Amino acid sequence: MKFALNIGFSRIAIELKQLLRDREATFWTLAFPIVLMVIFGSVFRNQTLGTLEITFSQYFVAGMIASGMLYTSFQNLAISIPQERDEGALKRLQGLPMPKTSYFIGKIGLVFVTFVGQTIVLIITGILFFGIDLPTEPSAWWRFTWISLLGLVSCTLLGIAFSSVPKSGKGASAVATPIVLVLQFTSGVFFFFGDLPSWMQNFASLFPLKWLTQGMRSVFLPPEAAVLEIAGSFESARTAQVLLLWLVIAAVLATVTFRWNRRGEN
Amino acid sequence: MRNSDLAISARAVKKSYGSTQALIGIDLDLHHGECLALLGPNGAGKTTTTEIFEGYRKRDSGQVSVLGVDPSHGDLQWRSRLGVVLQSAHDLGELKVSEAVAHFGSYFRDPAPTSKLIESVGLIEKADSRVRSLSGGQRRRLDVALGLVGNPELLFLDEPTTGFDPEARRQFWELIESLKARGVTILLTTHYLDEAELLADRVAVIAGGIVVADKSPASMRAETLRTATVSWQESGETKSVETNNPTQTVLELMARFDQEIPGLSITRPTLEDVYLQLVGSHYLGVK
Repeated sequence: MKFALNIGFSRIAIELKQLLRDREATFWTLAFPIVLMVIFGSVFRNQTLGTLEITFSQYFVAGMIASGMLYTSFQNLAISIPQERDEGALKRLQGLPMPKTSYFIGKIGLVFVTFVGQTIVLIITGILFFGIDLPTEPSAWWRFTWISLLGLVSCTLLGIAFSSVPKSGKGASAVATPIVLVLQFTSGVFFFFGDLPSWMQNFASLFPLKWLTQGMRSVFLPPEAAVLEIAGSFESARTAQVLLLWLVIAAVLATVTFRWNRRGEN
Repeated sequence: MRNSDLAISARAVKKSYGSTQALIGIDLDLHHGECLALLGPNGAGKTTTTEIFEGYRKRDSGQVSVLGVDPSHGDLQWRSRLGVVLQSAHDLGELKVSEAVAHFGSYFRDPAPTSKLIESVGLIEKADSRVRSLSGGQRRRLDVALGLVGNPELLFLDEPTTGFDPEARRQFWELIESLKARGVTILLTTHYLDEAELLADRVAVIAGGIVVADKSPASMRAETLRTATVSWQESGETKSVETNNPTQTVLELMARFDQEIPGLSITRPTLEDVYLQLVGSHYLGVK
């Protein structure tokens, strides 16, 4: 176990090194959510929600931070792992005395650092342009921390599991991106969740993103915004349960379905 | 089967992909400290065979023991005794050569010292260069360094010199010779007969999913001396005779021509001819 952890940390360092040196990839990882935030935020700038003094822009910033979690974990890995498979990187690793867990730890670390970087940039943009206030109570930051941790680990493992689905690195983006988009549309990122038809709300409630966006609203919107939620509250306990359940499912799926080689190559 | 002299022992190994039988029944032994060259046309089953030994693929049936372990149940401890140099990898582009070697070394209890290893594969001037800036041959040498980083007992080299210029190949051969001198057991897959003849203690030819020949390079070389082709010019055309006694043929010709024999040449089959005949006769036999 100690061995797996040591190599795992060594993998985090090497994964980060490789990402940060790829300037283009680093730039777009950070810039893409900001571009989206600026476009959507500007369109709905004057649109307030209900009778509250909350604009859709603010609502959207919370949604984008949650989406950033899905980008940096699920979407990123669902695309980059099949590419690594094509490059022969995974085959090389398979031939080395490295536990699978160490590879997973490396990916989780990579995702964490990317998410933190992306979120800092998103929050700064939100504060500067869309009147977002940083929460002051420690309880809000505590919520932010556990929601992010649960969300990132489960979506990282889901990304690892999903990486076995695309046949090649070339097609990976075409398979993974629509899933993220559909979840964003149905989970209250691009639209106000309360306006969606109830079947769509029910569908979204099955997946983590709805709970992550709701959780981020509980952090970045004032407490009175809870009345905008379907349940009339931010449902912290429920969020924790759903994310934990997904964490278990994702861990099992990742361990069982992960493959070093392409399909048909064994 | 449990012969401890053997680094690799394979008996009646079969493997099919769908309805295609890739391996019909491979029997192969590799002794400790030996270098075995695996030859064969593309699609003959070389890669499938080595990947079964490396634990990358599962066999359908037959028995395999690699360093005393069945590769389909090989654990990390077993893996740490192997070095694998695969055919084509184009990963690690953003890392420096020294970083890549040091990183993979960290997976082993007792890795080879980074700078010494880089020097031994002739990349010392490139130690601080990004991997993506390396030429094809340099990349290949990095792959070999990464295969050696754990001081393996058994090294798999899959077509290591494909795409090398003659100078790079020569350097590479020296590297392999030095590994052999250190007692590393090597399974070398190659398309180059000169490489096999120079490096290998034994040559196994795989064709159509079975081993069609398993002999020393010297005995393959000896076969090139069994026959000769004598050819000459006569009445405006080239005539030739294949014979086991070329001297006798030339004597007869001398008697007939009574002077210089026009366009006389005596040629022996090359190693390549012997190889092609081995492979060809197998496929003819199958038909």
